[in-house]
Amino acid sequence: MTPPLNEPPPPVVEMRGISLAFPGVKALQDVDFRLFPGEVHALMGENGAGKSTLIKTLTGVHRPDGGQVVLGGDEVAFSSPGEAQHAGISTVYQEVNLCANLTVAENILLGREPRRFGGIDFPAMRKRAGEVLARIGVHIDPGSSLGEHPIAVQQLVAIARAIAVDCRVLVLDEPTSSLDAGEVAELFRIMRVLRDEGVAILFVSHFLDQVYEISDRMTVLRNGSLVGEHLTADVDRRTLIAQMIGRDLGALEAIEDAAEKRHPDGPVLLHASELGRRGAIDPFDLEIRAGEVVGLAGLLGSGRTELARLLFGADRADSGRLVVDGKPLRLRGPRSAIAAGIAFSSEDRKGEGLVADLSIRDNLVLAMQAARGWTRPLPRRTKDQLVEKYLKALDIRPANPDALVRTLSGGNQQKVLLARWLVTEPRLLILDEPTRGIDIGAKAQIQQLVTTLAAEGTAVLFISAELEEVVRISDRIVVLRDRRKIAELDGSVTGVDEVVELIAGGAAPEKVVS
Amino acid sequence: MKNRLLWPLLALAALLLLNLIVTPSFFSLRMQDGALYGGLVDVLKNGAPTLLIALGMTLVIATRGIDLSVGAVAAIAGAVTCVHIGTSGSAGTAIAGMAIALVLCAVLGLWNGFLVAGLGIQPIIATLVLMTAGRGVAMLVTEGQIVTVNNTAYKQVGAGFLVLPISILISLLVLGLVAFVTRKTALGMLIEAVGVNPEASRLAGVRSRTIIWTVYVFAAVCAGIAGLMISSNVSAADANNAGLWIEMDAILAVVIGGTSLAGGRYSLTGTLLGALIIQTLTTTVYTIGVAPEVTLVFKAVVVIAVCLVQAPKARAALSFRKVAVPS
Ligand SMILES: Nc1ncnc2c1ncn2[C@@H]1O[C@H](COP(=O)(O)OP(=O)(O)OP(=O)(O)O)[C@@H](O)[C@H]1O
Ligand SMILES: [Mg+2]
Repeated sequence: MTPPLNEPPPPVVEMRGISLAFPGVKALQDVDFRLFPGEVHALMGENGAGKSTLIKTLTGVHRPDGGQVVLGGDEVAFSSPGEAQHAGISTVYQEVNLCANLTVAENILLGREPRRFGGIDFPAMRKRAGEVLARIGVHIDPGSSLGEHPIAVQQLVAIARAIAVDCRVLVLDEPTSSLDAGEVAELFRIMRVLRDEGVAILFVSHFLDQVYEISDRMTVLRNGSLVGEHLTADVDRRTLIAQMIGRDLGALEAIEDAAEKRHPDGPVLLHASELGRRGAIDPFDLEIRAGEVVGLAGLLGSGRTELARLLFGADRADSGRLVVDGKPLRLRGPRSAIAAGIAFSSEDRKGEGLVADLSIRDNLVLAMQAARGWTRPLPRRTKDQLVEKYLKALDIRPANPDALVRTLSGGNQQKVLLARWLVTEPRLLILDEPTRGIDIGAKAQIQQLVTTLAAEGTAVLFISAELEEVVRISDRIVVLRDRRKIAELDGSVTGVDEVVELIAGGAAPEKVVS
Repeated sequence: MKNRLLWPLLALAALLLLNLIVTPSFFSLRMQDGALYGGLVDVLKNGAPTLLIALGMTLVIATRGIDLSVGAVAAIAGAVTCVHIGTSGSAGTAIAGMAIALVLCAVLGLWNGFLVAGLGIQPIIATLVLMTAGRGVAMLVTEGQIVTVNNTAYKQVGAGFLVLPISILISLLVLGLVAFVTRKTALGMLIEAVGVNPEASRLAGVRSRTIIWTVYVFAAVCAGIAGLMISSNVSAADANNAGLWIEMDAILAVVIGGTSLAGGRYSLTGTLLGALIIQTLTTTVYTIGVAPEVTLVFKAVVVIAVCLVQAPKARAALSFRKVAVPS
């Protein structure tokens, strides 16, 4: 469906010379962007390149300082996202912005509820929402409240909301960042259907495989400026990456190869026996040694996050025992886990991770400060040293400790969350989707970091929907299915295919999530 | 931050100017028996209890809470002290009475904190309990009478002067103390963290409950001291009317000062300005002779105006700048 090059149809969206500056940051500089009907257009760039900001200037969240936005031939200047929605632009923003306390159905149809006798027709609403969800292959109760569901399901609900109305432009800002291969395939199927119906789709993702699979055309941004626009078929990965990061990628490849397999034989740090919580995860046994990287693999809803939360005391176990350093540990909450040297970086950085209205500095030291208690503030100098060290180590941009976390790009926020826990120098680091929304360069860097930490004796429990990543860096892989631990594999000899087979359980499982 | 205080500051200046125009003597000060008198001093003196309560309210609101019971707690403090003093004129009795009252207020704060942090009841409901029941308690203490006292030591708290009114000195002292403690320790940052994102704070290991408990106790003690000022100023305890609606004035002061009711970032300086605006407004109503029946409307209009100019959208419209609506 790619428009033929010789005589393309007029673009449905055309942005010309868009510039936008925030205090201290030139987020966009003179960017041109075209989006044609019936194409999937990938917007590419590193963390902080300006992708989300460009989208937000299109949908009326930000008003550009300069430049024009033309929609279907007419110049437009939306003053709110609602207006853009009304004009036929459906958007899924990077940070899920739905109402956790409303039901799934209400979230999907908010503002366009089916009505009856002047009131909202709730049965019709649930039915309609159920249909939309079924379209993208999600089977959850539309009457359940959204907050009960994991972040990946919330992301799917946001997508369902976007496609519940007829639109001519569909914008998806990192919709796949926490989805499994199955959900991604389902999403791509529906994207192809919409594209063939003539909808113009704008897609952002840091997964190159996905970009090459689904997109017809791409626009590359770097540091807020346009680098180029290409047909996907015309650029190979190497060129694309070089364009995004502005240098060659030799360094990246070196890291990938360096991740050789080890057999850590440190002392057992944590031992869980028959630990479980009804409705969340069946009782499981687990041993983690110092210096070991244990990966958790499983589908969405298999209990990965639930298992991690029990080890951290975020939820209370209702059965089983936990032994740390040979001594039994009763977790009464995160505080007791932190005191025992356990850290947990949540997959939901917006809801459970960062304190958006506080500065990078405050967010970085929050866990350490909380452990010290409010009466013993970290000395200013120590704080500055820590902050400087981690801004540099993780290449967080902008490197301004006073910038509010809310104003950072998604990937940079993720780095801040990670840094918060690195600051506490934990002995067991639980990482739930630590590379969510992180660009390829930084991803390799974080994987490298995990390996280095492990070599220094830190135990790591690594969770990711991206199986390749789990398999690559884990010394041991624990496989979960239907909230049960079903296998434990030696990471050095296991391949992705083997894990996939175990996860799927041979027979293709009915995908019921929640 | 500075920017956020600009509008409250302008509002205050405008109100003062209005007073100056209507009553040219408004700004004149005179020294008499080592005490300063004048219109401005009156504003400070009468505004002291509101400021004090608003300080406690600021921290409560920063944790996403609200305390509606402060007026009732103020009434209880006055009632307990006056009943304890009775006919005694001794300073010792007065001090003992005030100490008992403040300890009791701290206990009432613990109760609020228990409902909010311990049981997880919505702050507005939790403190509504004490807001209504508290007046009843004060009535019980005073046996339904207005209890008058004649105790010079007690009189000092609300009506005494050390050049400036002692009441405002107390309030400013508390302001300084809070500012010092929240800035020099990590309390301020942790309060804001809990207010912005309670769940993230819990997972980062913040003792959110202890912090919430602390701010409610602090708010109740502030309310207690304010109650002492109010009752001391008139040497009487009126269970029904002491501190009536003062919670509303305090909440307004906090909001005008730029602290969001949604919790999170707070500004003590903003609250100081807010309290001064509220009090100047009340004074203005009298000085420019607004008819009593439209007093409340007049107040409401000014408050709305101040809140409006602070709203991001309105501000953008005023200055024709781009507005970044958080998504
Ligand atoms: N509201 C804001 N205030 C100040 N700066 C902002 C704001 N929003 C974005 N920025 C800055 O603009 C730049 C571009 O951010 P943007 O979110 O568009 O990046 P992105 O390409 O979407 O990155 P990511 O892949 O990490 O999501 C960043 O430097 C960011 O810090
Ligand atoms: Mg983004």
